Amino acid sequence: MIALHAFRKISDYEWEIPASLRKSMLASVRVFATRKLLESSLDDLSLEQAINAAALPGLAGPVIIMPDMHQGYGFPIGGVAATRLPDGVISPGAIGYDINCGVRLLASAISFDEAEPFLDDLITALDQNCPSGVGKKGEWNLSGDELDQVCRQGARWALKKGMASEEDLRRSEEEGCMEGADPARVSGRAKERGRSQLGTLGAGNHFLEIDVIEQVFDRTAAQAMGLVEGNLALQIHCGSRGFGHQICTDYVQDFQSVVRRFGINIPDRELVCAPVNSSEGEAYLGAMRAAANYAFANRQILAHQARKAFETVLAGKVRNAFLHQVYDVVHNMAKFETHSINGEQVKVCVHRKGATRAFGPGTPGLPEEYRMIGQPVLVPGSMGTSSWVLLGTQESMEKSYGSTCHGAGRVMSRSRAKKEVNGEKLLERLESQGIHVRAGSLPGLAEEAPEAYKDVDQVVETVCGAGIGRKAAMLRPVAVIKG
Amino acid sequence: MIEKNNSSGFIEVEHTADRAIKVWSDRLDGLFSQAAAGMYALMDIEVGADPRTSLQIRITGFDSETFLVGFLSELLYLLEKERKAFDKLELRFNNNILEANLEGTAVISQKKEVKAVTFHNLKIRQINGNYETTIVFDV
Repeated sequence: MIALHAFRKISDYEWEIPASLRKSMLASVRVFATRKLLESSLDDLSLEQAINAAALPGLAGPVIIMPDMHQGYGFPIGGVAATRLPDGVISPGAIGYDINCGVRLLASAISFDEAEPFLDDLITALDQNCPSGVGKKGEWNLSGDELDQVCRQGARWALKKGMASEEDLRRSEEEGCMEGADPARVSGRAKERGRSQLGTLGAGNHFLEIDVIEQVFDRTAAQAMGLVEGNLALQIHCGSRGFGHQICTDYVQDFQSVVRRFGINIPDRELVCAPVNSSEGEAYLGAMRAAANYAFANRQILAHQARKAFETVLAGKVRNAFLHQVYDVVHNMAKFETHSINGEQVKVCVHRKGATRAFGPGTPGLPEEYRMIGQPVLVPGSMGTSSWVLLGTQESMEKSYGSTCHGAGRVMSRSRAKKEVNGEKLLERLESQGIHVRAGSLPGLAEEAPEAYKDVDQVVETVCGAGIGRKAAMLRPVAVIKG
Repeated sequence: MIEKNNSSGFIEVEHTADRAIKVWSDRLDGLFSQAAAGMYALMDIEVGADPRTSLQIRITGFDSETFLVGFLSELLYLLEKERKAFDKLELRFNNNILEANLEGTAVISQKKEVKAVTFHNLKIRQINGNYETTIVFDV
């Protein structure tokens, strides 16, 4: 395990592990954390995994680690790595099995006070409209052709089916559709799994949450996003379901022999990779983008279903029950971007795993209404705690390949959480805080207890202190569905 | 049935965000069987008594670790698509092919999801004639 003395302190919020620490390292590791958060991360393998990630061939600069880091498999959660194009590598394990797991935020003109009597009905309707839990299938059973269209079109497919608006697409990372998706690079097995799971939330840490916009920190930005203090908002957290899991499984297995063929040495077999410009790298990219588009369509369908639930329950009870799109962000993805590295504009493949793109003001790719304020960044807290809307900054462009944190980050294993937290008591506690809960099971609820996570407020203070994000608004949960 | 005794078994080990099991056996095929039982245990599945069904699968690989991940990934797929779990496993390793006869029953309920079997720090070790490894699952 790595010790604190191995780090060079850069500021109260930034630390560095020099590339000289291990022979395998081809770049340094830059950690955004307070001393307290850094010390708490020395207990698991997060930073060892970051050091392993620094061995990926073709890294253009340091591996970046966010304060919500925690141990994953191969690459740590909260990690960002940029490999030089065209010959740096792409690593499926550095993106993860849930390709384009992400968060969508919808906001409303519905005040909490007028909606409060109907919250239980709302959460029941959401639960009915948005299938969640282990093995749940959606109402779509796509043909092979339809699935290929979803793979190529992403959220735009949902638009053609009347389940999205142009504004929804415009206010999504990549406008809800990655170019270059190639369904021909997706296995028949992944397609089989994908056909019946579109429009489902899944299980684990995926959730739907109704929040109140508790506090606005930047009135101009909040106005641009339509966030008004005291009004309701909805977060949707999910990804590409079994479709993405199977694609990653297939390619991590295939790449076990690919690294041998290319003579690539990596410290952990989960980090297997291939040059981006190799036929193997291009095949994975085509498949990964197909999964990304599946996930964009998935969150779009869930948003559509959520809107129907709000309309059904609140029609005639509030003036306007519509949920407008604030933004849709991606947590697990590799993307081609250009960043300034050591004063040079470099085209890189940015791997983000449990990290959010956070483009600063003026960056191409942002919708017109957000160009001056920077990209909205959605940072969900743990169940029962605050969530945050941040904004990308010029410093995030300079320091972290236009990236910032993605959530609170776990500190306690699921088995320990189940031992230490009683699901029934947790449910009572959340309800006593005025939070309506629907969960697949009480032990499952206990696994996701707030005490199993870091304090999201500390995570947010850290990224804002480091300048790689700035506060726009804080949300308070009032109803949650756990998958 | 997959027996758990002193010479073979599995136990869950701590992992901050995902799930992991340590598995051991005095035989390589026993290690694979225990890994399957451990993975099913993580998902908290309940199976029916009858009717029993059998199936043959073939996994390609080039070392014990690629066989193990390929084998467990296949069982995950069969669980999702066929809703079946297998408790009697006969395995034959032959160069780059693992052939397995699987016997089991339908799954009645499953409480937890395993998304994938990972290669993270995966190494099958032989210690004093016994095989052991730790497998991390994405959940």
